Amino acid sequence: MTATTEWQQASYIAAQAADSRVNVELETEGMTLNLGPQHPATHGTLRIVVRLDGEQVVWAEPVCGYMHRGYEKLTEVRTYPQVTTLINRIDWLGHFANEVPFILAAEKLMGIEAPPRAQWLRTVFFEMARQANLMLFLGDMGVQLGAITPVFYAFRDREHVLNLMEAVTGGRFHPNFDRIGGLKDDLPKGWIDEAKGCMKRVRDFCDEMEDLLMGNEIFQARTRGIGVIPAAVASDYGLSGANARASGIDVDLRRDEDYPLAWKHLDWKVWTHPDGDSFARYWVRLQEVRESASMVEQMLEGLPSGSIQAKVPRIIKVTAGEAWVHTENPLGEMGYYVVSKGGLGPFRCKIRTPSFNNISILPWLLKGVFVPDVITILASLYFILGDIDR
Amino acid sequence: MSSEPEAPAAEVEEAPPVDEKRQALLDALTAELGDAVVGSEVAGGDVWVRVATDRWHDAAAACKHKLDMDYFCFLSGIDWLDEPAMSGEKVWGALPEEEEGADDEPAGGGSTGRATGVAGGDTRFQLLLRVASTTSKLGVTLKTDLDEAEPRAQSITDVYRGADWHERETWEMYGFDFVGHPGLRHIYLPGGFEGHPLRKDFPLLAREVKPWPGLVDVEPLPGGGDEEAEAAE
Repeated sequence: MTATTEWQQASYIAAQAADSRVNVELETEGMTLNLGPQHPATHGTLRIVVRLDGEQVVWAEPVCGYMHRGYEKLTEVRTYPQVTTLINRIDWLGHFANEVPFILAAEKLMGIEAPPRAQWLRTVFFEMARQANLMLFLGDMGVQLGAITPVFYAFRDREHVLNLMEAVTGGRFHPNFDRIGGLKDDLPKGWIDEAKGCMKRVRDFCDEMEDLLMGNEIFQARTRGIGVIPAAVASDYGLSGANARASGIDVDLRRDEDYPLAWKHLDWKVWTHPDGDSFARYWVRLQEVRESASMVEQMLEGLPSGSIQAKVPRIIKVTAGEAWVHTENPLGEMGYYVVSKGGLGPFRCKIRTPSFNNISILPWLLKGVFVPDVITILASLYFILGDIDR
Repeated sequence: MSSEPEAPAAEVEEAPPVDEKRQALLDALTAELGDAVVGSEVAGGDVWVRVATDRWHDAAAACKHKLDMDYFCFLSGIDWLDEPAMSGEKVWGALPEEEEGADDEPAGGGSTGRATGVAGGDTRFQLLLRVASTTSKLGVTLKTDLDEAEPRAQSITDVYRGADWHERETWEMYGFDFVGHPGLRHIYLPGGFEGHPLRKDFPLLAREVKPWPGLVDVEPLPGGGDEEAEAAE
């Protein structure tokens, strides 16, 4: 008995010594990894400098600005109607949704309101922009995790939505369709029936993604518990949209704010998820696309008739004042702080974009994660470079 | 169609119940900060509070810890310098000389001839902060005046972590200094960039070199369509 114990002790000490030796041998030098600026997970040109210790991230620093176009400065030398052309290109996948808050801000300052039909159609296009945007995410998330197929389905089915947008506005990605006091044009003939068919396709796509990707064991293993953001941290960094809702924060500006748009007339639900991990962010967005499809269907049923343009002066001068209008865009809270001095263009227009805040959490979030999870987290936070750099 | 002119008026009537909540918010903030609140306005479903520069950090902390404003929205600046040579007016010329816009008082704006916007201002530069609550869903816009020669404020990165990047952006775009910021360095612009692009006296070089072709938008139509437009206004 005693002998065994002694032998055990001896082997334990030997093992410890060996361990420490092995540790010394395996101690790795830190390594700086340059992720991007052309990595597919960055949706544009975001560079992330990652300091690694072995497979673990010690610190990470996103480097943005590769695509900074100075929109805030440019808005100061544009007239109000010209600004929508610019802001289409902020979040290029959410195109129409970018125009709405700016136009609403101008309308708020001018004290005019678009007729009901225009408001409802704005909401329809807003939601369709959300679908087109988020559908790409739902497929693209698979690619980042090594599942190639879903993204082809996403591109295929997103095209149906974009075709509808093109039929109305003439532009797949840059509709430039919203006007102060209304919309540029009414719907073409037969559009509503086509749109109803398309919404069914969007819903089928969601089912497909649920079966194909979300239910997949590997997908779950790679996303569950990865990149957990607690609610308090999320709001501290200003995370909005699905990223906040996936952390259990019950916010949705479509419900919380009082807009002249059609959301308040619809029957829908805000989805939240308590986990705050990458899986939750995917799950919430999937539900949102479904919800959005059902909203569009409801709106197409109850579309009011009438004019689509309120009476506005030909030369639009916006009354002096300051207005802050924000909406729940596909990527999160997008807002414009418009300062007018009564001129033809904004005196100052602060553009608050969701992605800028959403990725500012990265230095905190990436600390301690493993290299492959960096990509999962980037993909699940879902940002558009134009939306960061604007 | 007929309901259009009434729409703003109806908004004004509905406004008071909404404003009560925001007025309470403003009162709570005033109680917290005392005479540090130098200007405020509750209008159009929004609250503006202008605080003394040396109490900027306290104001942000009061918002977060006392008023439950846990959500950081944005931080930015304004340059109130009236420099027509650097603004849109250079592009489209001086404004037409009729001031009819003055008599349709807006529901939300209400700022009559104030050069420095809602809640007032004494200096050229102002700092803006927007925070909101994820529970009560109310938000507030904080403002503070900054000295023109040395625009400087206390950093609020220790209150709201999200302020870090926004302060870096404001620092490079306006040249505001944030005391206590962990690392003020460029975020959008290249390292050696000189000047502060969003200041009004920073020229937009593309417009210096080539005039903006979009001018046609505000030129009078041939055939005197102008009278009709004026009538509509």
